[in-house]
Amino acid sequence: METIIREGSPKTPYVRLDSEKGLIEIKGRSIPENSVEFYKPLIDWLDKYGTGPLEVTNVNVQLEYFNTSSSKCILDIFKKLELIYKKGSKVQINWYYEEDDEDMFEAGEDYQSIINIPFTMIEMEE
Amino acid sequence: MGFDIDKWYLQKMQGEVIVRYMGEICSDKITETLNAIESSLNLKNEKNQTRKKVYNVFVECIQNLFHHVDTPPATANVEASPRFGVIILAKDSYFYRISTGNYVNLSKVNLIRDRIDQINSLSDEELKSLYRDILGNEVISYKGGAGLGMLDIVRKTGNKLEYSIYPHDDDFVFFAMDVYIS
Repeated sequence: METIIREGSPKTPYVRLDSEKGLIEIKGRSIPENSVEFYKPLIDWLDKYGTGPLEVTNVNVQLEYFNTSSSKCILDIFKKLELIYKKGSKVQINWYYEEDDEDMFEAGEDYQSIINIPFTMIEMEE
Repeated sequence: MGFDIDKWYLQKMQGEVIVRYMGEICSDKITETLNAIESSLNLKNEKNQTRKKVYNVFVECIQNLFHHVDTPPATANVEASPRFGVIILAKDSYFYRISTGNYVNLSKVNLIRDRIDQINSLSDEELKSLYRDILGNEVISYKGGAGLGMLDIVRKTGNKLEYSIYPHDDDFVFFAMDVYIS
């Protein structure tokens, strides 16, 4: 499968979807007005990846800001990962947040309450 | 006589105004405004937590305008663009205030009022629970909004949304909202 890399922009995050390494990364800011446009190809990629995932998939989410429009799309990404996890492959989700960023920590907890994959919450120094 | 938007706009210019805009809220304008805010908050040496909160809440406020405003009627003394709105970010000694304003068709007023009143009545736990419910269960609307915007604002600020609905003409009102971030 082709690796997808999206460079970060003022409103959209850096994204890496790498099927050879089993690596999924979303970093930066996600605040586009219509996130569906941005996230749909990523969700489609995950659909396809799910038909033959690696034994271990590592997911790193390190966001500075994300808007409510993105929050739904990010959930859709986690739902695709949940399907992979349920079929028996290992999925390691690392949710990064800056120290004192309670909002980002809570956002991780929100997802953790909906998605049945264990999250590792990683605090970063400011 | 319709709503006096200029008088209202002047009233909102209290405290130290960081950003103010009245006009079409398009995607580029949003980017430009966010850049201005970020520079300003960095210059003020706000702690990271405050800076992020103000920025995040501002994003939700301005994008709410982007998604939900109605085109002003001909009777309004403003440009009749499809995404006309007003947004102001100001600082008072202890808090930041984001004020927004836009024209709304009379038919939507009850829905908006009910929604805000409902959100304002919820405890922190109830807000969290409702947010997770909507996030987990509802379909994203065709406008690209997830129905979570106002909920997110109240959850992040810990303050109730203050709003006023001003009559304008037979079909439209002017909807004004104030969000406080302490």
